[in-house]
Amino acid sequence: MSRVLTIANMAFTETVRDKILYSILVFALAMIGSSTILVTLSVGGEGRIVKDLGLACITLFGLFIAVFIGINLVSREIERRTIFSLLSKPVRRAEFLVGKFLGLGLTLAVNIGVMAAGLLVLAWVLEDHWTPRILLGVGFTFLELLILTATAILFSTFSTPTLSAIYTLLVFVIGRLSADLMTFAAQFGGASLKATAVGLYYLLPNLSRFNLSGAVVNDLPLDSGTLALTAIYGTLYAAGILSIAIAVFQRRDFR
Amino acid sequence: MDPIIQIEGLCKDYRVGFLGRRARVLSDLSLEVRAGETFGYLGPNGAGKSTTIKLLLGLIQPTSGAGRVLGRPLGDASARGRIGFLPENPSFYEYLTGQEFLTYCGRLLEVPRGVLREQVPALLTEVGLDQAARQQIRKYSKGMVQRLGLAQALLGDPRLLILDEPMSGLDPIGRKEVRDLILRQRAAGRTVFFSTHILPDVEMVCDRVGILVRGRLMKSGPIHTLLGDQVESIELTVTTVPPEAFGAVERLAASPALLQEGRVMFRLPGEAALDAALAILVAAKSRVVSVVPQRRNLEDIFLEASREGQT
Repeated sequence: MSRVLTIANMAFTETVRDKILYSILVFALAMIGSSTILVTLSVGGEGRIVKDLGLACITLFGLFIAVFIGINLVSREIERRTIFSLLSKPVRRAEFLVGKFLGLGLTLAVNIGVMAAGLLVLAWVLEDHWTPRILLGVGFTFLELLILTATAILFSTFSTPTLSAIYTLLVFVIGRLSADLMTFAAQFGGASLKATAVGLYYLLPNLSRFNLSGAVVNDLPLDSGTLALTAIYGTLYAAGILSIAIAVFQRRDFR
Repeated sequence: MDPIIQIEGLCKDYRVGFLGRRARVLSDLSLEVRAGETFGYLGPNGAGKSTTIKLLLGLIQPTSGAGRVLGRPLGDASARGRIGFLPENPSFYEYLTGQEFLTYCGRLLEVPRGVLREQVPALLTEVGLDQAARQQIRKYSKGMVQRLGLAQALLGDPRLLILDEPMSGLDPIGRKEVRDLILRQRAAGRTVFFSTHILPDVEMVCDRVGILVRGRLMKSGPIHTLLGDQVESIELTVTTVPPEAFGAVERLAASPALLQEGRVMFRLPGEAALDAALAILVAAKSRVVSVVPQRRNLEDIFLEASREGQT
């Protein structure tokens, strides 16, 4: 376990020393802050604008961190051959990937934390719309991003960084629209098309379940049982993806 | 005593090209390295030296064959804890300092923190990087990165050192320092397995060598056995040689005579030719400067193995 934590700590250090991370963070905070301009243009519902835009920014910029830093964490090690001196030590490949995942998870947690703090301060100062539900929305966004981090790591174990980024973004888009896949399957004929749509629905993560912004912004009721199930689903899905990544990585030759 | 490295019939194929055609890079390799010896693994570029090393460390999987390192199967994580490895043209985390990198490696090896606090500065001093300990690796020269690679290989008191082209990228002073370092490791009882194609270094530090050509082990054994005691030729250097004596001796020589600054050097095929040449030259009142018997060197053996491997 200590080796996993050492690798996680190093992955966190690596991302923290990456200038791209700060660019993303500054831009995200600027975007969250820009909701104050939109507030002045709207009549009524100002708090909704701040929360809506804020949560959307956290998802979007968190996605950038998970994808663009996530894919590089593994592929850069292979490309620059730093992995030789690492895996020639008593480090198991599973420990390496889990460590990288935890390190990036910590980076995401810190960055999402900073963005969420910005959003909460803004919501409180501007409209006094501070609500703990914002934190719930942010928490589930974090869970969604952990699934995408695991996905980015999975793709980077066997593909190039560019393709890994494209595949992970596709998983995000399809995952967010996966509920529509079932509608599509129900409405259109053709057994094979229906089977493909249903197959994709079950295979890809249903990311729309983690998007609580509608309920948070509009103060809609949230069922704690459903939330608990979603949290379990997210955790198991991320663990499953990471297990597949480990299985692929175990068989890989480092030439 | 069990060998430190023992491999039997190891083969490795890579898939190459668009169609994924199989290309054999290592063929039926069997090798043994005993405890405490320094083994030089020689071969031209692309012979399969690095592939062998990666197989020993489990960085790649063999297509067939098996082996054991420190009594454990190839790639076993617990065995890797007792191996120090320097990769060819090493590359490390550029955003770390040399000291941070060694500390990181030490933690992966689970070296106790107290030991690490003493070992890291001591190793940095041993490889001559004590002044650059707090400098980011991105500011290191190629030679400094190579030295840092050696330092991380020595962390945690390994039983076996595997060094892939340790002299590569080093200037003559750096090469001598690495050579001395390998000799110190041998004196400390460590087993050293290192690949290189810089032959003079091998003759100086190795107990045994293996020569790999196109993925096949062409020769293997103790250096003195491979070199042998047999005299290959004799170099006879003389001055003031009259033309008729010059012609007579050159006819006895294995190759044309070399003329340099009033001296003539004949390469004679053996002692009988030497006796005959000396008789001619003494009669002609020439002055003998030196008689040097020439034995086979590692380069001759290496070239011979390379030629055999190509056919």
